[in-house]
Amino acid sequence: MGRYLLRRLLHTVLAMLGVSIGVFLIMHLVPGDPIRLALGTRFDPEVYQALRSRAGLDRPLLAQYGTWLSHAVTGDFGVSFRSGQPVGELLWQRLGPTATLAGAALLVALSIALPVGILSAVWSGSVIDRIATALSQLWVSVPDFWSGIMYILLFALVLGWLPASGYVSPLDDPVQALRHLVLPALTVGLISGSILTRFVRSAVLEALNQDYTRTARAKGLSRWQTVRRHVLPNAWIPIVTVAGLQLGFLLGGVVVVEVIFEWPGLGRLAYDAVIRRDYSLLQGAVLVIATVFLTINLFVDILCGYLDPRVRRP
Amino acid sequence: MTDDPEDRATPGAGAPIAEHRTRTRETIGILLTNRLSAFGLVVMGLLIFTAVFGSMVAPYDPTSVDIPARLSGPSLDHPFGTDNLGRDVFSRVLAGARVSFQVGIVAVGISLTMGVVTGLVAGFYSGAADAVLMRAMDMLFAFPAILLAIAVLAVLGPGITNAMIAIGIVYIPIFARITRASTLVVKEELYVRAARSVGASDLRILRRHILPNILAPIIVQTSLSLAFAILAEAALSFLGLGVQRPTPAWGRMLAEGRDFVNQAPWMGIFPGIAVFVTVLAFNFVGDGLRDALDPKQKSVIESRGRAV
Amino acid sequence: MSASEPVLSVRNLTVEIGTRRGTARVVNDISYDVHRGETVAIVGESGSGKTVSALALMRLLPEPPARVGGRVLLDGVDLLRGSERELCRIRGHRIAMVFQDPMTSLNPVLTIGQQLVEPIRLHLPLTAGAARDRAVEMLHLVGIPAPRHRLDDYPHQFSGGMRQRVMIAMALACDPEVLIADEATTALDVTTQAQIVELVAGLQDRMGMAVVWITHDLGVVAGIADRVAVMYAGQVLEEAPVDALYEDPRHPYTTGLLASVPTPGIDRPHRLFAIPGLPPDPVALPPGCPFWDRCAVRGEPRAEFTPQPLRPVGSDHQVACSCAGPAARHG
Repeated sequence: MGRYLLRRLLHTVLAMLGVSIGVFLIMHLVPGDPIRLALGTRFDPEVYQALRSRAGLDRPLLAQYGTWLSHAVTGDFGVSFRSGQPVGELLWQRLGPTATLAGAALLVALSIALPVGILSAVWSGSVIDRIATALSQLWVSVPDFWSGIMYILLFALVLGWLPASGYVSPLDDPVQALRHLVLPALTVGLISGSILTRFVRSAVLEALNQDYTRTARAKGLSRWQTVRRHVLPNAWIPIVTVAGLQLGFLLGGVVVVEVIFEWPGLGRLAYDAVIRRDYSLLQGAVLVIATVFLTINLFVDILCGYLDPRVRRP
Repeated sequence: MTDDPEDRATPGAGAPIAEHRTRTRETIGILLTNRLSAFGLVVMGLLIFTAVFGSMVAPYDPTSVDIPARLSGPSLDHPFGTDNLGRDVFSRVLAGARVSFQVGIVAVGISLTMGVVTGLVAGFYSGAADAVLMRAMDMLFAFPAILLAIAVLAVLGPGITNAMIAIGIVYIPIFARITRASTLVVKEELYVRAARSVGASDLRILRRHILPNILAPIIVQTSLSLAFAILAEAALSFLGLGVQRPTPAWGRMLAEGRDFVNQAPWMGIFPGIAVFVTVLAFNFVGDGLRDALDPKQKSVIESRGRAV
Repeated sequence: MSASEPVLSVRNLTVEIGTRRGTARVVNDISYDVHRGETVAIVGESGSGKTVSALALMRLLPEPPARVGGRVLLDGVDLLRGSERELCRIRGHRIAMVFQDPMTSLNPVLTIGQQLVEPIRLHLPLTAGAARDRAVEMLHLVGIPAPRHRLDDYPHQFSGGMRQRVMIAMALACDPEVLIADEATTALDVTTQAQIVELVAGLQDRMGMAVVWITHDLGVVAGIADRVAVMYAGQVLEEAPVDALYEDPRHPYTTGLLASVPTPGIDRPHRLFAIPGLPPDPVALPPGCPFWDRCAVRGEPRAEFTPQPLRPVGSDHQVACSCAGPAARHG
């Protein structure tokens, strides 16, 4: 386990370094002067110079990277070119809503994918399996930006059951927070759930076809005892991996859904930064999302190592 | 003539290549017997036809504005209604197919070429090249797909060409990983070692012996990636970062429709269905191809018919 | 029950499996008896249906696509008519099975102890502690050193031979009347094979169970079997006490099989024999004798070979061949 952990950790650190270089270069690959672009019509030589030296753009590239990275590690991502607010603060505000949406969506996804995927695999070829497979195939192909709008049309505008968009903090008003959460969480969760369903099904099916499953049946275990004690403990490993990937995706990849539902999350922030050419903000947002993504992957690897005795006790 | 020592020494290598022709026929056979993928193929054919000849079939010019007829619902004149500028939604949906396919095909072409080359080199040479290339792929994989595309577009600037590049970059790692994994298996096969033992060059081995034998998973991934790429293009255009006005694109139409969703829901419903059906068709074909080509998946299906 | 009553009686067992290409007739009307304490070997090349027939009699084949017919009587009770619940009480308790590949037949994420205690707790009225003791006892019995310490180890921490010992311990944990060993030594190296064979024979003496030993290896059979059934294309072509079969094989296929076994210590004047050709496709089984295409002594055109019932050719010796009269000798 020790060596495995160390190797995973090393990979993660390497990937993060690579990501940080890529993110750092955003500022330098942008054609033209990013700060001049950001200021646009509000150009003021004084502000320009201040921002420029604050971002350290007047120093050698490697030195800039070193400073930038050492600041970023401590959570200091500089100030927004647009608003002048510290980027770290802006990001911090967005973390809550994004985590809420991602958590709710994953909950929706898992509560569909686990039962449906397992039943589908155990009764593979049955009517239930075929319906579930067809539905998940349909839903994988649904564009989230379209289904989101359709839900708004149906549940908010036509039926008037739920608010069309916006975010309310659960600390302020739990009921309103939940009402605002339902549609975006369903939009993302249903799609994510149908992706997961397919993986759960194939992971369980794979374990069902293994020799040890036959051994368990030969010992006199019933079909469901076999599934519970022998199939699932093996299927968990791939399922946890994919669920982790999905969570990582939900924490930063639901840009479009956050835009549609005016959800103040990280993805939306990154998008706004692109539209307003606020490159320092974009750097911060992309770096944080990628870091969260890599950290989740690391945790998933550790969890899988723990679930798999061949890794845990070689 | 056939005095090339390699040609004489590699009868084993001939087998998998010759196998290919019968396998192609078998694959098409399986695809057609699978109702879903047959449906996917038919839809795909229709869409390609629309993408090529759509402008001839369309009842109106997709960009011609007709303010008096604005926001009118579906009718015989305008089967999908008109938008806020009185443009015919049906004609625009037909025209949108072209952009979707253009972006999808070019983007996947980029991912395919870059990914397969990367994967081949990493898998075939192992060692340092493998480590460096695959760590770079890990890095690209560290971003959620749409965010990576947005970040690339932030640097390159919005537009259809840049959208193709951005989406192309996003899907390189998938192709690289699949290619590398298959290459690692195939390079240990006897016919590859035989070719190497008679002194075939690396390039020749890669082209003649490895590539033809790892095509199956790559073909499957190509079809699935086309679905993703079309979805991604629509999402980027929806966000205003992809295809720009006035070119009709499904994502853009949806974004415009969003503002009128209460008055004129058809503005959003029909382009959305177009994206959905296109993506579905490519997914069906991809799944069908996987059943037909990927031996691992095949074994899962058949093992249930083959008594453990 | 008297000694002459078989503990396991397989009658007219058939297995058909639906495939993409059509219905495969994998097991075609086989019958054999196994008596208490007896070892019956079922011999045949791969694809002859021996493994499928064993899985079918335990009702372990997925149905569909498989269709199983005939009767399998365990102490007079037909396993093929029993409910799934009844079968769960019988499997692993009164009839147990050891599989070919010990590398994949044990669950990689559960400890040996967990897997060993499972059938004990399921079938015997023992507390968790007592079941654990029983598990230790079984591991000791199959020759695993320091069994108490190894209970909490995982399968990947054992060698192949040791894993097969664990499989045997698991199968015998509830003191079954019948043990089915399906190619139980095939995946092991030669020294280990001999140890496992000896182990099962020794355990059989102590515990008195009947053993059905499925193998393609006639060398293994000679050492342990009381009776042998030779299977080909899903049919039993010859059945006899082991000595009779070796000394006086009647079916041309048996003759061919015996000629293809290297016998240590005996200098053969000729090269090892290989039967030419391949077994028939189970999806398109020819009518009549399935071995006709490959048969060295066939005399008549195939059309005159009707599906062959086993007929006696000596005391307790049956063969399914029309040319194998009492006087016919081959090999």
